[in-house]
Amino acid sequence: MNISLTINGSPYTVDVEPETPLLWVLRDNVGLTGTKFGCGISQCGACTVHLDGQAVRSCAIPVAGAVGRRITTIEGLVENGKRHPVQAAWIEMGVPQCGYCQSGQIMAAAALLSKRRNPTDQEIDAAMSGILCRCGTYLRIKQGIRRAATLMQAE
Amino acid sequence: MNERAMTQVELSRRAFIQTSIAAGGGMLLGFHVPSVHAARVESQPWKTPTNGVEINAWLTIDKDGLVTIRVPHTEMGQGALTSVSMMIAEELNVDWSKIQAVFADPNRHVTRGKEYKVMTTHGSQLVRLQHPHIMQAGASARERLKAAAAQAWSVDRSAVEAKLGTLKAGKRSGTYAQFATAASRITLDQEPAIKTPDQWWLLGQSKQRLDIPTKVDGSAAFAIDTRLPGMVYAAVKCCPVPWGKLKSFNFAAVRQRPGVIAAIEMKAVPGKTAHSDMQNGVAVVADSWYRAKTALDLMPIEWDFGSNVAVSTESQWAEAKVLLTQSGEVGHKTGENTLDLIAGSDKVVTAEYRRPWETHARMEPINATVSVSDTRVDVWSPTQDQSLALMLAADQAGRDPKDVFVNTVFLGGGFGGGGGGNTAVTRQAAEISRQLKRPVKVIWSREEDIAHDKQRPPQVTRFSAALGANGLPTAWFTRSVWFTQDGMPRIGAAFADYAIGNMPYKVPNRLHERHNGKTHIPTATHRAPGANQHGFMTESFVDEVAQAGGWNPLDWRIEMTKGLDDWQLVLKTLKEKAGFRTDLPKGEGMGIGVVESHGTIAAACATVSVSRRGELTVEKVVIVVDSGHVINPLGATEQCEGCVAWELSHAWIGGLDLKDGRFTNTNFDTYNLLRIDQMPQVDVHFALSGGAKWGGLGEPAGPPVPPAVANAIYYATGKRVRSTPFRMHDLSWSS
Repeated sequence: MNISLTINGSPYTVDVEPETPLLWVLRDNVGLTGTKFGCGISQCGACTVHLDGQAVRSCAIPVAGAVGRRITTIEGLVENGKRHPVQAAWIEMGVPQCGYCQSGQIMAAAALLSKRRNPTDQEIDAAMSGILCRCGTYLRIKQGIRRAATLMQAE
Repeated sequence: MNERAMTQVELSRRAFIQTSIAAGGGMLLGFHVPSVHAARVESQPWKTPTNGVEINAWLTIDKDGLVTIRVPHTEMGQGALTSVSMMIAEELNVDWSKIQAVFADPNRHVTRGKEYKVMTTHGSQLVRLQHPHIMQAGASARERLKAAAAQAWSVDRSAVEAKLGTLKAGKRSGTYAQFATAASRITLDQEPAIKTPDQWWLLGQSKQRLDIPTKVDGSAAFAIDTRLPGMVYAAVKCCPVPWGKLKSFNFAAVRQRPGVIAAIEMKAVPGKTAHSDMQNGVAVVADSWYRAKTALDLMPIEWDFGSNVAVSTESQWAEAKVLLTQSGEVGHKTGENTLDLIAGSDKVVTAEYRRPWETHARMEPINATVSVSDTRVDVWSPTQDQSLALMLAADQAGRDPKDVFVNTVFLGGGFGGGGGGNTAVTRQAAEISRQLKRPVKVIWSREEDIAHDKQRPPQVTRFSAALGANGLPTAWFTRSVWFTQDGMPRIGAAFADYAIGNMPYKVPNRLHERHNGKTHIPTATHRAPGANQHGFMTESFVDEVAQAGGWNPLDWRIEMTKGLDDWQLVLKTLKEKAGFRTDLPKGEGMGIGVVESHGTIAAACATVSVSRRGELTVEKVVIVVDSGHVINPLGATEQCEGCVAWELSHAWIGGLDLKDGRFTNTNFDTYNLLRIDQMPQVDVHFALSGGAKWGGLGEPAGPPVPPAVANAIYYATGKRVRSTPFRMHDLSWSS
């Protein structure tokens, strides 16, 4: 069936079963491959996107549940050619290694910082513990979040 | 992809590959990526720019002086693009801002007689073993540029200076770009020697990795992101018990489902080894992966599990127990009477240690995209060995290797897994594409990835040591059993003695024996193979021996490595930096471990706290490494941090469990990986002995971490942990 979505501010119509996870619609139908598949059961967070500004696991959201809501993917985090402060901080702190999980990490961090301008260590752990990084970049992720908080406060 | 959906999506969205099949069958790929950054690594770095002059296979120089360096190794976050570029820039004497890195062409490597010498990426070998020929390529290019200028200016080559992209002799000067074409035609009588570390101007400085900018906006192209026109998607299921057979499947039950195209049987080839074959199974092909996967899950399949269905963790340990009573192959021997000395001693320490199966669980699930056309085969695969992927695809597609093109992609993790499971998926994709005559992307579900990756083998070791009057060991006996699959003997021979047969401690009488237990589970290397198992065992037992002899464990190690300068350097640096002590209040503890692997000695000091209820927190890990030299301290530090997370994950919360011939762990809900709230603070120190020593850094900092933590747990709780994962042990205590 035809399903209309708003992704990164642009309208799309896709022809898929309504129960299809948003992740696969983004990747296979829309071609936004920055959002990654890692487990399919909401355990790794590589597929994290924003739905109305909230960080969600797109592998567990049926596409029908995203209709009428603002979907933001890693590709939509850059606004008017300017990187999001989390992306800028990630470069400055050299966070990614293999990079595969980093779309999910960055989307989760951006959602956290939109709610908590200066998160505590516990708040960072709570917001980020659902996103696995097999390379073990966790220390730099924490540094990246603190740096991004500083950049956002300076804006 | 559904035809209708395809027409309605916005084709010009970024990260969507615009593709066309050229007249000759060649594939043209182009991303619409807005230039939001000036990265010197593009999102699809397998595409080789053609606008420069090729000085040699390793580099081109364009008219603006931009040097494009072709990197034959894969990038899995370990910094291959950056370290190869640094080594060449060092020799070429070119400004770091004038560098861009791309991946070298595997087809060229295979068809032109291994032009890049080595095209695999494993064993922490890149810098330690490949630096001579990589630096040589840069030095050679520099000298040829100088020779070209010398010819033009009628001066001797030695009178020409090459510095930061400029050639100079007396009052004459010119750019590298000006002389690139002439240099490309020059052959040197004798290749120059590479620089010695005292001549370095770039190596040894911290440089941020070139691939970082493309990894923060979703643009970095991983194999799983490949999209080709006419491409279909396949989900696969192989016999849950490896090497079992497919009895039947009922495609008719799912063929009417939306988007479903075909079901294709995959067959293991008798006689092929696990290292290069695929398992018996079936693929469902559809116009999207989710549709393929859903149909596959609904399709009735019957398996013949074979006799291996009886194998379990318990049956393997029972087999190991029998083998431990028998003499094994000798892996190390010093002195003649180790066993007699132990039998006759009145002070003997014995212990048995073991570690279970582990899996790579790279965040990018095992996948491959292959396009078999009439004239050529194109492959996108997260492999650590592009030349092997090329040969496998050629074999499966029945094509000449010269017509096979492997596109080197970013790897969503490597850890040894890129040489393992990827062999099978490359064959699967080649087989499906060959049959359907269209491009196919095969993705393994996470469940399939854990079930059919090639795994890190389990191992058990029995230790006995006899102590002399001074409390130090006079005889040391070890007997190990580890399980590897037939067909992987080279893994056994190479790694069976790491951190046990080659331990540095000077015990006058030593005997190490090993058994290779049989298993049907395909096995492979796993970041710091051998050292990761033995490191925990040997370095935990060392603490037991030290304690039994009344020695401080750090002083024991310093005493037992006397005369080994690099070990002394590492241990004394650890003593200085870590503040190791054994007198912390109960519930807190520090522990150490030191292991050599990949030419590097790495020591760890862990600080832990354990609650009365037994909840473990790893507060901090101090790492000291001697890799001889470090070319990029920032990259090296990142690798050490990652190694800590890697081994801590397995030792603390990991472990696979076998039952009915297969693993009971299926996904990240049952195979636990370290999370951010479990990550300790990590401090990394380099204690470099220099000279001729060149060690690797992608793996060695992992193995000393589990024993450091286990030893710290002992000091915190009084409980000696002799197997992993630690989570299986009751660590509760009372004062």
